[in-house]
Amino acid sequence: MNYNERLSGNEAIAFAMKQIDPDVMAAFPITPSTEIPQYFAQYVANGEVNTEFVPVESEHSSMSACIGAQAAGGRAVTATSSAGLALMYEMMYVAASSRLPITLACVNRALTGPININNDHSDSMGIRDAGWIQIYAENNQEAYDNFLQAMPIGEDPSVRLPVMICQDGFITSHALENIVLLDTDSVKAFVGEYHPEHYLLKQENPLAIGPYDLGCHYMEHKVQQAEAMKNAKKRILEVAEAFEKVTGRRYGLFEEYCMEDAQVALVLIGSSAGTAKAAVDTLRKQGVKAGLIKIRVFRPFPAQELAQALQHVKALAIMDKAESFSANGGPLFSEVRGALYDLEHRPRTVGYVYGLGGRDITPEHFQGVFARLEAIASGGELGPVYTHLGQRG
Amino acid sequence: MKDNGLVEFRWHGRGGQGAKTACLLLADAAFSSGKFVQGFPEYGPERMGAPITAYNRISDVRCSIHCNIDNPDYVVVVDETLLDTVDVTRGLSPQGAVIINTPKTPGQIREKLRGWQGTVCTIDARRISEETLGKNFPNTPMLSAAVKVSGVLEEKKFKEDMEESFHHKFAAKPQVVAGNMAALVKAWEEVQAG
Repeated sequence: MNYNERLSGNEAIAFAMKQIDPDVMAAFPITPSTEIPQYFAQYVANGEVNTEFVPVESEHSSMSACIGAQAAGGRAVTATSSAGLALMYEMMYVAASSRLPITLACVNRALTGPININNDHSDSMGIRDAGWIQIYAENNQEAYDNFLQAMPIGEDPSVRLPVMICQDGFITSHALENIVLLDTDSVKAFVGEYHPEHYLLKQENPLAIGPYDLGCHYMEHKVQQAEAMKNAKKRILEVAEAFEKVTGRRYGLFEEYCMEDAQVALVLIGSSAGTAKAAVDTLRKQGVKAGLIKIRVFRPFPAQELAQALQHVKALAIMDKAESFSANGGPLFSEVRGALYDLEHRPRTVGYVYGLGGRDITPEHFQGVFARLEAIASGGELGPVYTHLGQRG
Repeated sequence: MKDNGLVEFRWHGRGGQGAKTACLLLADAAFSSGKFVQGFPEYGPERMGAPITAYNRISDVRCSIHCNIDNPDYVVVVDETLLDTVDVTRGLSPQGAVIINTPKTPGQIREKLRGWQGTVCTIDARRISEETLGKNFPNTPMLSAAVKVSGVLEEKKFKEDMEESFHHKFAAKPQVVAGNMAALVKAWEEVQAG
């Protein structure tokens, strides 16, 4: 049964965790994700969940505790942001390479410095190569829905990888909005129980987890990990299909908005995609064939699928909410542009870095980007390929 | 009227006065009336007394826009001392209104509004709050005035929903429910437009 509520993005994640009732939650508070362990600690105190809540002294420890719990055979979750995610960095690699399907709620916040508490994607983009599945949300509803899908994806024997469920700090984490929730019995039935094949507390089959891996096996293990990430794509779509049957809400690797006949288009991630949809609507009314693609799954990266969806586009702007200081554009720009290389007729592409440290972006900003794309599509100069949007001067 | 019946509010207050709470209460009340809502504060350095801004979008279909509100239909000012330092009517729709917590009349406060030509509404939320709740909690009267001036919610349904919401919110101290309802009704009667 689905029912209407109003929750902030953080409340939605905490509520999803409550419905799932994981074995362990280990967390250390950091803005703007603090409310997630705060609400969850209340559920624990009220006896509404059976979870062992571990209030650790740092994020390095919270991820370490999750690794221990998941390796023992339990289901572990955590939440963090920005510098907290950075402090987990080493352990994130351990979690992924030990093939432990931990679930992490990442509330995206700019990574220091200068210190800033507001939203951009520099935290999760900085850790994109750690081997975690990364799924991004536009709003509270998607954050909730993605969290419910995380465990069926990560725990599947064909995958066995940790999953990071990302949403935009403050913009969605602290915004009260309508949401459709699934009743707890249906959530439990959908998510299922965690029955790993191998785990530390399995008496009949003792094993070591995380030992030294010599050159003779290290590469084989990394190739297996890479194969698991490839397999994840199929599993993500299977889980999305099952989720649609329960909720009626459809998810894919990305969302295509007005893309059927689009000649000018954007590719972007997160809440800004919702704001950009308003610009697309305005331009469509004026007869402009505008559209956008909102990336849901960044790891595994849907390269072939994106190339397919973008092949008819004439001019494309790929927009990063993270600066990678490559002097050549952001991470999304590099990946999408690379994905288009094998197309016979490629869109002409430009990259933008926008919204750093919470810099607001409006429908008017996106209309400006579309105006440039229209000029490019009708044979105009491409101009500089790597620029920033929304800054003064 | 904007597309999809969208009505946008911007709240100006000072940290600790409850402008964010009032903004979330409005979202709550609009949700109960069957609307699609957004209620969100703009976070900066949080300190007691520092100027803060919060926003509401209320619409008939889900609004996908997630930026701050530069062109609100209504502006609510929880602390009139902000008028000296913040251009509260910046971007405000000429057909809209600014609603200010002050004992002054709209005519008396207009000179502080930097040439704003549109509707000015005033409400003495501090006095109402002190009379009904015994303390200066301007949230409830300001919310009531904002709903009345904007006409965004139906009066009877709004008052019923708020009473239920107060019972829920103050489950641990039910004695304040009546005071909050009295503040709500009084503000509805007293808000002046000019």
